[in-house]
Amino acid sequence: MKAAVIVFPGSNCDRDMAVALRAAGAEVTMVWHKDAALPSGVDLVAVPGGFSFGDYLRCGAIAAKSPVSRALADHVARGGYALGVCNGFQVLTETGILPGALIQNAGLKFLCKTVTLRVDTAHSDFTAPYGQGAEIQIPIAHHEGNYRIDPDGLARLQGEDRVAFRYAQTPNGAMDDIAGILSQNRRVLGMMPHPERAIRDDLGTSDGAALFESLVGACVAA
Amino acid sequence: MKATVTVMLKNGVLDPQGAAVKSALLGMGFDGVQDVRQGKVITLDLADGTSQDDVTAMCEKLLANTVIESYSVDMG
Repeated sequence: MKAAVIVFPGSNCDRDMAVALRAAGAEVTMVWHKDAALPSGVDLVAVPGGFSFGDYLRCGAIAAKSPVSRALADHVARGGYALGVCNGFQVLTETGILPGALIQNAGLKFLCKTVTLRVDTAHSDFTAPYGQGAEIQIPIAHHEGNYRIDPDGLARLQGEDRVAFRYAQTPNGAMDDIAGILSQNRRVLGMMPHPERAIRDDLGTSDGAALFESLVGACVAA
Repeated sequence: MKATVTVMLKNGVLDPQGAAVKSALLGMGFDGVQDVRQGKVITLDLADGTSQDDVTAMCEKLLANTVIESYSVDMG
């Protein structure tokens, strides 16, 4: 199973993401944002956390216009898997791959702590191992994690069972406590919390490991 | 030639910065403040002949996120 991790100037969770994917059995290639093509045969593209382009203009806005982002959009259009975490989620919304937008936390503060997430659907290769309604501990580290979407878009996400994770207690003011959402084909997940920082008990929680193992397993089986 | 683009969060979208500024102003005793919205101003130096349509395209494609933001363009 082949995964690519995109590296933008200012990405800072790219190596953590690679470690988590390799631990789950993936063969990982790092891809610089100037590359207009992904390595051949890539099953999964991971867009890591960080501060791409210094968060200038809007978080993820400049990264969404990088050459590699077009290749990412093509990969997703072909039905490929993609995972965007934190700044990666912001990039996925700025490219239009996922709906909505992420704005400043309601409390204005940068939040860095472990939170409880509720798994809201087991119907995806990202969330299947947890089971619907499971509660998991995953760290957050963001300043712009306040998810916003228009009422029709929110109703659509809810109606199509596309809310992957909700905060047990919203830390950032996100609409409907949304922490992560799926694409219509359920092969793209964007989430603010960092599962790649939660893959071993000595990191404080290993609740994120199952997401990567399930994803790698699904790609191998495909 | 120049263009000035003003980008604001759409009405109805929570503006945490505006709310904080409002709270500070009220705390300073400016009791007349009813609401504060904070946005950004982007000035562009443009080659002659660049049209307002070009600037609008820049806004739609990059300068504003029309999911949450509105923009206005002032040419010249």
